[in-house]
Amino acid sequence: MTALTITPGASRTLKNHVGLAQTVRNSFSMAGRGLIKMRRTPEQLIDVTVQPIIFTLMFTYIFGGAIAGSVADYLPLLIPGILVQTVVTTSVVTGVQLREDMDKGVFDRFKSLPIARIAPLAGALLADTVRYAIATTLTFAMGFVLGYRPEGGLGAVVLAGLLVIVCSWAISWIFAFFGVIARSAASVQGISFLVLFPLTFLSNAFVPVDTLPAFLQWFVNVNPVSHLVTAVRDLANTATFGGDAWISLLGAAVIVAVFAPLTVRAYMKKA
Amino acid sequence: MTHSSDWAVEAHGLVKVFGDNRAVDGVDLSVRTGTVYGVLGPNGAGKTTTIRMLATLLKPDGGDATVFGHDIRREPQIVRQLIGVTGQYASVDETLSATENLMLFSRLNGLSRADARRKSTELLEEFGLSEAATRPLKKFSGGMRRRLDLAASLISQPPLIFLDEPTTGLDPRTRSQMWDTIRRLVATGSTVLLTTQYLDEADQLADRIAVIDRGIVVAEGTAGELKASVGTSSLLLRLADAGSLERARHAILDVLGVESVLTPEAGRITAPMSDPDSVTDLLIRLRADGIAIEELSVQQPTLDEVFLALTGHPADDDAAPAPGDAAAGASGAAPTPELETAR
Repeated sequence: MTALTITPGASRTLKNHVGLAQTVRNSFSMAGRGLIKMRRTPEQLIDVTVQPIIFTLMFTYIFGGAIAGSVADYLPLLIPGILVQTVVTTSVVTGVQLREDMDKGVFDRFKSLPIARIAPLAGALLADTVRYAIATTLTFAMGFVLGYRPEGGLGAVVLAGLLVIVCSWAISWIFAFFGVIARSAASVQGISFLVLFPLTFLSNAFVPVDTLPAFLQWFVNVNPVSHLVTAVRDLANTATFGGDAWISLLGAAVIVAVFAPLTVRAYMKKA
Repeated sequence: MTHSSDWAVEAHGLVKVFGDNRAVDGVDLSVRTGTVYGVLGPNGAGKTTTIRMLATLLKPDGGDATVFGHDIRREPQIVRQLIGVTGQYASVDETLSATENLMLFSRLNGLSRADARRKSTELLEEFGLSEAATRPLKKFSGGMRRRLDLAASLISQPPLIFLDEPTTGLDPRTRSQMWDTIRRLVATGSTVLLTTQYLDEADQLADRIAVIDRGIVVAEGTAGELKASVGTSSLLLRLADAGSLERARHAILDVLGVESVLTPEAGRITAPMSDPDSVTDLLIRLRADGIAIEELSVQQPTLDEVFLALTGHPADDDAAPAPGDAAAGASGAAPTPELETAR
């Protein structure tokens, strides 16, 4: 053994509290683990690579003529919508993968280490922002290929992308919560899509709101996903960071404030 | 009250209930600092559950315990700074390489990037894993995985190390390597609390042993004291002619002075012996009585015999799924084969 003596347990100075700096450091270490895993298992990136391409292509040509008269006119409406839909859907995978991950023996070690309890969860969610970034980039790139030229300019498009990534990260706490409390990965997927489909489709992502019946219009207008879609449209098409963007950020903050503590508590209960 | 530096672990009346199964039903343990303490018992006796409670992985439903004087419930984060846990299932990340695993755990233990790298290299060297350092863990053998697991537990040089069945499933050579590693650990001043199903392992390593069965400690003492309760060795005898069984048992009673037990299968006789040498006298007597033998051996008492003597039932008489392990799986902690294949 290289370590010749071990400091006796009774003579160590220890604290029973994890500070914010350590929490952040632990979370980033765990995010590093997530990135290595992503590199090892590139097949898990299929949903963020193939889905944006196929969905953008399909929706553009299926709905373009019917909804906006032409493909070119539909793109400024659709690309922000499909971007939000794709990236938010991707955040479900975060919950599913977290569930699978937690069943592995290595989580026992995480629990036995003197690290912030939130770190294994926060790290996983943080690493997944890379997935959202991939999906965002591909969706915009696909739009560009199809002829979409955002009038807001590159800076505004990047900002719009960041807004979507931040909001999806916040939303992923909801699915992380399902991931922690659910019995199996399959059930996480089940519950999550049940929540997700109404949220993403009953929004202004694909169709103009005024074509909907009145009772639906009410829901679509309060739906946070609609606000996010509008915010992205404003940014990408007119380079304005308006009220919808602030509402989206506020919504994201509320989701994190509610679901992060809930998730950590559920996680610790299982610990 | 004893000074906290004397005792690495003090547990009183620990209880853990899973549904209507009392997996741990009032366990008391006192582990002196700097010793190896063995918890011996069959599958499902509550060994793993006990360790998981002491390692803050499970909340006890009753009783209390301290690690170096720190309460496991009130000061879990302090306890975690004092312990290393090597579980029954290797708690290392399968998708990462050996180096990446050690780097991650070093960083989580608060080491700087440079220190983490140095520590990882050092530990890989020490555990003979340098060559496999960058290989994916999926290609590791069971023994290599255990070694990496143990290496990961030693990063913070914890004064107390929990080893949950450290050699279960290892081949004899790897097992004796693991034993050497554990002995070296103790030489550096660590306290080790290990669980095992094997009496010889506890005998080889542990200063004191607690025998645990159905969630309670049924005996506690040194290996010598435990074995004395079943004789220092045990005689096994099979006769060529089953008709002379009774006469043979009579001869054993005469020569060794003990009552022998007839095992139902294959008509074997077993008997505890205090002095293995006296088997010579028995052989002479059997020859004189004209009793032909087919097989005879004198061996160390097995866990089964210790159990039989201590609890009055064999170690494996309940074929039900091991409560401790099953419960650990249900709580999402232990990787079960089903989950592996479901992916």
